[in-house]
Amino acid sequence: MTDVLPGHPNRSPNHPPDGVRTPNKTPAAPGPRFRRRGPARRPRLVGRGSRTPNYPAGLGSLIWLGIVGLPLYVLVAATFQTRDGYIDDGPLALPDHPTLANYRRVLRSDFLSYLLNTALVTAVCAAIVITLSVTVGYTVVRARGRASRRIFQIFLLGLAIPSQAVVIPVYLVITKLHLYDTLLAVILPTAAFSLPVSVLILVGTMRDIDEELYESMALDGASPTRVLLQLVVPLSRSGISTVGVMSALHAWNGFLFPLLLTQSKSNRLLTLGLYDYVGEFRVDTPALLTAVVLSILPIFLVYLFARRQLINGLMGMGGK
Amino acid sequence: MADAATREPRPAHEPRPAHERRRSVGRSEVGWPGVGRPGVVWALPGALFFVFFAVAPMVLVGALAFTDWDGIGTPSWTGMSNWSRLWDDPETHQAIWLSLVLTVLTWVFQTPLALLLGVWAAGRQRNRAVLSAIFFLPLLGSSVALALVWKSLLDPNFGLIADIGPALGFADGDLLGSSKGAFGAVLFVTAWQFIPLHTLIYQGGARAIPRSLYDAAAIDGAGTVRQFFSITLPQLRNTIVTSSVIMVVGALTFFDTVLILTKGGPGTDTTIVPYLMYRNGFQAFDLGYASAVATILVVVATTVSLLLVRLTGFAAMRSTREGM
Repeated sequence: MTDVLPGHPNRSPNHPPDGVRTPNKTPAAPGPRFRRRGPARRPRLVGRGSRTPNYPAGLGSLIWLGIVGLPLYVLVAATFQTRDGYIDDGPLALPDHPTLANYRRVLRSDFLSYLLNTALVTAVCAAIVITLSVTVGYTVVRARGRASRRIFQIFLLGLAIPSQAVVIPVYLVITKLHLYDTLLAVILPTAAFSLPVSVLILVGTMRDIDEELYESMALDGASPTRVLLQLVVPLSRSGISTVGVMSALHAWNGFLFPLLLTQSKSNRLLTLGLYDYVGEFRVDTPALLTAVVLSILPIFLVYLFARRQLINGLMGMGGK
Repeated sequence: MADAATREPRPAHEPRPAHERRRSVGRSEVGWPGVGRPGVVWALPGALFFVFFAVAPMVLVGALAFTDWDGIGTPSWTGMSNWSRLWDDPETHQAIWLSLVLTVLTWVFQTPLALLLGVWAAGRQRNRAVLSAIFFLPLLGSSVALALVWKSLLDPNFGLIADIGPALGFADGDLLGSSKGAFGAVLFVTAWQFIPLHTLIYQGGARAIPRSLYDAAAIDGAGTVRQFFSITLPQLRNTIVTSSVIMVVGALTFFDTVLILTKGGPGTDTTIVPYLMYRNGFQAFDLGYASAVATILVVVATTVSLLLVRLTGFAAMRSTREGM
């Protein structure tokens, strides 16, 4: 399964012959010697190495930018429109008389209580996911024996379990635990479904910690708890914050579990609240879109600060 | 599966993958075995929690498929009746067919776009950072929020579609009211929402490809296109698998978008499997039958991702760069 097999054209010609280790200071292998004539010429670089922009790709990305950006523009512009203005001028128009009335209207509804519930669920979810995935990741990387590898495999397989498909048994479990229509009913399954990706990310991060550090701590007679708290957690801080941000995003945006596992208005979360606004605001599209903007805004603020963690986490999913 | 692979004798020139190397170092510290190492007990809280809320329900849904349950009382055993009903139900057949078509089209539509955008964004153009930050924005909103935005854009009376609908062949702008239009809208909106995620994944993968490969290829005279097909694509193998698994499982389970955008309509023309499950289970309170529908989802989703993962040895977490 290797990409660059022995004798493969992609392999660098300077690579030592198979099975031969090159001692550090041997003279170059006999062979044709290249003599430099004149200043070294830079090879013309193309593709990822090139210095000239790739115009067709850039153009394509600009088109995609339009496709991504236009709805976002309509979304934000509409929130400053009056209802009649939106209907008369169409979604693309800039508001003639920008108004904050929509924001006032949404904030005066139950929006803030939904927001509070969602913040609570998000924070608890992230805390559960961080605690559990750090201990699991630590064990998978450091414990010996078959059991810890089996556990890792369970999580890898778990990546493929769609939450939609198991929501009926989850509903059964939650009602049997007498948790139906509580915030805990949303928190527990949401956290569970964040675990596989989190474990995957943390195992990747923790594998990169130097073996020598563990050994020196072991020489000092450190207990696993001390190793975890003084070595593993500080050194995998970036992975942990990625996991925190991603599980928070997941909990914030969750819809199916709140829809099916809660009922009363006092336990309603933002996404479900948005869904309800569809009925409540009827044809008042600007008000509805304002609620949408307000629901994305907190996540956007977090994104401004935690952008790198989030992006690194998402990029790392395929890179490992 | 990892064990079989690691026991194969390796040629001497080939560096061992990271996890194996580390393990052998662990064995060498004979003097203080296990000191500073956690026992498996450490992983048990996390593992049990996950098994209880995700793995066990997956098994349970298969069992519930053989019961009759209205969601309030206790499920009662009915044997194969749900399955024979499912076998004869044209609506279910249509839902399975629609789900498969949607999944295939999603993959065909999203993968090339995300791959190209991701590889482009991994480069060093000056405008790249700004552009990829904006690409990223749809990821912040929930499916509900984004579906609501699109729902208002596609509103035949007040939406954008009223203006551009005629150009797309929908004279009255009622895109969501026509069978093909509604299906296309689901396909497009989900792509709009998820391509940024996959772009990021590909961007990360492409960044990890060593520059030296491109430099060597450039010296050998390989052009951009050749480099893309001979270096970028093979090196992104694992990334393509990861992204495809996420994409396929995601497409099989699109729910929020369908619920808001089309409610499975017009008629049942966008009633895909998860929506059918929701309608039978939580609107008609026939959770036994809905479990049978959900079982199909579980089986198809896990089979597809297991196949993809197995075929490429991804589960062994082997690095793409191994052997370089």
